[in-house]
Amino acid sequence: MIEARGITKIYPDGTRALENINFEVQNGESCAVIGPSGCGKTTLLLIFSGILEPTAGKVLIEGKDLTSPSQELALIFQDYGLFPWKTVYENVSLGLQLRGFGKRERTEIVSSLLKELGLQGFETNYPKQLSGGMQQRVAFARALALNPRILLMDEPLSSLDALTREHLQNLLLRLWKQKGMTMLLVTHSIEEAVFLGKKVIVLSPRPGRVIKTITNPYMGDVQYRTTEVFFEKCREVRQSLDGGAI
Amino acid sequence: MQGSKAEPRWWSYLIAALAIYGIWHALSVLLNSIALPTPLTVLFAFIAGLKKDLISHLLISTFRIACGITLAFSLAVPVGLLCHERSVDKFVAPLIYMLYPIPHIVLLPVIILLFGIGDLSKIIMIEIIVFFQILVTTRDASRNISTNYFYPLLSMGARGREIYEHVIIPVCIPKILTAMRISVGTSIAVLFFVESFATTHGLGYLIMDAWSRANYPDLYAAIVMMALLGFGIYLMLDRIEKRVCRWVYI
Repeated sequence: MIEARGITKIYPDGTRALENINFEVQNGESCAVIGPSGCGKTTLLLIFSGILEPTAGKVLIEGKDLTSPSQELALIFQDYGLFPWKTVYENVSLGLQLRGFGKRERTEIVSSLLKELGLQGFETNYPKQLSGGMQQRVAFARALALNPRILLMDEPLSSLDALTREHLQNLLLRLWKQKGMTMLLVTHSIEEAVFLGKKVIVLSPRPGRVIKTITNPYMGDVQYRTTEVFFEKCREVRQSLDGGAI
Repeated sequence: MQGSKAEPRWWSYLIAALAIYGIWHALSVLLNSIALPTPLTVLFAFIAGLKKDLISHLLISTFRIACGITLAFSLAVPVGLLCHERSVDKFVAPLIYMLYPIPHIVLLPVIILLFGIGDLSKIIMIEIIVFFQILVTTRDASRNISTNYFYPLLSMGARGREIYEHVIIPVCIPKILTAMRISVGTSIAVLFFVESFATTHGLGYLIMDAWSRANYPDLYAAIVMMALLGFGIYLMLDRIEKRVCRWVYI
């Protein structure tokens, strides 16, 4: 279980990004955090990843304080995750390299992942030579290479076109179900939050506070997108967001 | 963006060379002065020079300039990269701001007093001037790396040296190589200056010597050789950049 306990973040310049955030995500659960831009969503994720320290409060993973980047966590960013000076293969194997995996083991893990994500044959390409959707799949591969129990994502699909986006949402759903990871997704898309989050946490404009936690028990299927329940949930999320803005 | 960095073909170099030849020839015919011989005259002088001592002067000049640039590179790059750390930059930045704007060439008398009139003082003079050019660029590059590159790396647990290896150095290399290409021109100018007196070796000496003998074809032959030296170093750096920074040129 990962828990946010009274997380508050005030930046040195006085910006109040987050205020007393409390929630938890069960093991294997997926949780979407949604809120207007600038509500501190990214800050929240950086705190969860152990890169930023909260001004007050703490993150607990299995009841233990998180103090530095954890081996169990992997992080996926919007559009700046990949290193343009590394090839697809080098990008994906970097995490393994940093954790001291041998060359043979790395090759094995990376090639099976690239195959799984449909990136076979692009090992020696540079990110710049790939489409946005493929670049983001490389970023998924890089995160998954570390076989994380917890996957943190910061608007991973927001720079993609609508069609690619749906494809990758389906891919994420499949990966989540297959690997049984705990997923924490930050997004500003209502549909994405409802499609991918078993629990949807709605944040207020800056400083971000939890306005509402919406349970979304029927998610988990690609067809969910077309159902009446899905639209009903989207409406509920939209109403909570509007409530926070007023 | 695509195609903006297309490499010039060999024939575009040929056209450029022919254009320079044509303009030079036209100017020398128009001016009709012994101070500007035709390129053909110079070519003959150049070939005659090759049979005499032009090559040995070229080698000495190349040695001085290569030592100067290599020394500058190996001192300036580590310092510039380490300026990424605020604790280092705190000390280095004020030094750069105060020392960089000084025209370092005026230190030549001091350098000669300290290191004599041999190769060492010439190398050190080139080194000092190029050092600052590379240092300023490297520091600027290492100070201005987007934090977006660091987050993914930090989240994977990278520390200290690994951050330099995987982000800081790759980001800075293209800028360092550009600084080095720019500094080739400067270093050749400095080379000419330091070789123009108190020595009997090097292309700078050859130019001054031909001048004093009023042998203009020889003078131009030495100038052409110096230009070729600069062109050669420039091409070499260009080649290195294409190889090391392949990701920039795709």
